[in-house]
Amino acid sequence: MSEERVGPLRYLYKHRFLILRRISQLTIMVLYIGGNIYGWKILQGNLSSSRFLDLVPLADPFAVLQMFFAGAIVGVDALVGALIILAFYAFVGGRAFCSWVCPMNVVTDFANWLRVKTNIHREEWQLRITRKTRYLALTLALVLSFILAMPAFEYVSPISILHRGLIFGMGLGWTMVLAIFLFDLFVIKNGWCGHVCPLGGFYSLVTKPSLIRVNYNKDRCTECMECVKICPESQVLHMVGKHSSIVNSGECINCGRCVEVCNDDAIYFTLRFKKEEVSHETK
Amino acid sequence: MAKDKPPTPRGETRRKFLVRTMQAIGISIVGGVVWGAFVKENTYDPLVIRPPGALPGDEFLKKCIKCGLCVEACANRPSVPYEGGKKKVTLRLATPGDNKPLGTPYFIPRDVPCYMCEDIPCVPACPTGALEPDLVSTLKDGQKKLDITKARMGVAVIDQKNCIAYWGLRCDACYRVCPLLDKAIYIEVYRNPRTGKHAFMVPKVDPDHCTGCGLCEHACVTEKAAIFVLPRDIALGRAGKHYMKGWEEQQPQEAPERIRGLGHESVENYLNTEDLLNE
Repeated sequence: MSEERVGPLRYLYKHRFLILRRISQLTIMVLYIGGNIYGWKILQGNLSSSRFLDLVPLADPFAVLQMFFAGAIVGVDALVGALIILAFYAFVGGRAFCSWVCPMNVVTDFANWLRVKTNIHREEWQLRITRKTRYLALTLALVLSFILAMPAFEYVSPISILHRGLIFGMGLGWTMVLAIFLFDLFVIKNGWCGHVCPLGGFYSLVTKPSLIRVNYNKDRCTECMECVKICPESQVLHMVGKHSSIVNSGECINCGRCVEVCNDDAIYFTLRFKKEEVSHETK
Repeated sequence: MAKDKPPTPRGETRRKFLVRTMQAIGISIVGGVVWGAFVKENTYDPLVIRPPGALPGDEFLKKCIKCGLCVEACANRPSVPYEGGKKKVTLRLATPGDNKPLGTPYFIPRDVPCYMCEDIPCVPACPTGALEPDLVSTLKDGQKKLDITKARMGVAVIDQKNCIAYWGLRCDACYRVCPLLDKAIYIEVYRNPRTGKHAFMVPKVDPDHCTGCGLCEHACVTEKAAIFVLPRDIALGRAGKHYMKGWEEQQPQEAPERIRGLGHESVENYLNTEDLLNE
């Protein structure tokens, strides 16, 4: 159906989730900045903990978990906020935080885009580390929080540094952001978000049951592999060309890039329990 | 994929497993040490001045989630002063390069002091309890009420060598600006023996009342403030329990067991009666 569209309309259609994601990231950022500078009551605070509409507390569940490991009994607001966020991503959104909210996503996507455009770094030069490194980082974050009695990742987190920096003033925080950018550009493709980030690892573990899922339908697939090429977590698309299935891994960030690039409508967003017309054929 | 591989020789899987395990342990240890050192270095600053109600030292670092809600509560007051078209916000969040624990709120009194808002907006804004309302509350009619005079953000210290009032010049800028005038800062008057006919009128700080808001440091007329706020555990000494203030009535009850049991007379003579050398 997308073949009918031509020119700019087609371009928009082929990038619809990318555009929506950038709008989402930008809107959230603007609301936070307005919250600080002009006192808007829509989103106050930052991604670590905030108040929505001056009423609903929101908090980063991983930060609260680290505090728990550090031996702190945090206040009710932070606890409730963490549960709200956790429940939303775990049962509805999946790892959408990483692709729709996190400001670092813009940086790493830019590094990736540049990498593709300029071929600046060839595959064979790439440092190879396992994507499981993030779970190691996650474990270390909790162990260190326990040993040092303070939330360990929160003190080094480039996500927080970037997001706080944009709202409250950057200081030398840009060096950290640059470091991540160069790491993704020269060292490993999708290095930070896909391999190292413990927050991504945390969401990977807890968002497995989420409702919104990418679905792959083998019957429509022509195996062009565009989806696997573009996917920042390509290991979650292991079923492409093999069998129809929803993307069940928590590591999928629900960014929708695979949906956009698929010219055969073989990949699309769906709800976990929705009955598929072809689900009985292949499993 | 698995089909293409030649059959693994005996023990190779196990060897691989052991090597992988050792590698993972190695990475964890090195990473943990570097990361831990970075966090420790990052969080070390004994001189930071925190908002009212902040838990002491490490307890605060443990609980602060670095969200900046206190900073925003502080910034979005109708009463926030403007200078050169720019808001003068007391609280700020530490960014890399500030050499303060990253992301935690602090203020620099010489730049912008704490104006001691009566409703203390920063404290209820804190979602985690790192700013504890109980630390800045008094009991009134059986109800807890926020009371900014309970705040102990730090304590003002006077450099008597460079305070011009101690030179005998007339200055009471810090005294006049103090929100707890005559309590936290009071003026002591005594004769100036150099001239023989003038008076010294020198400011003094009473740490029992000083909240550490820093209005005095902000107002100080000297080039570099001669009165400045330091964290209380840095600035204040401690005499120890074995020192008694005999002139304060309730003291005998707090005296050590050894002395308390003795009568009035023996208290006066206890140095003589007890065999201290053979103790």
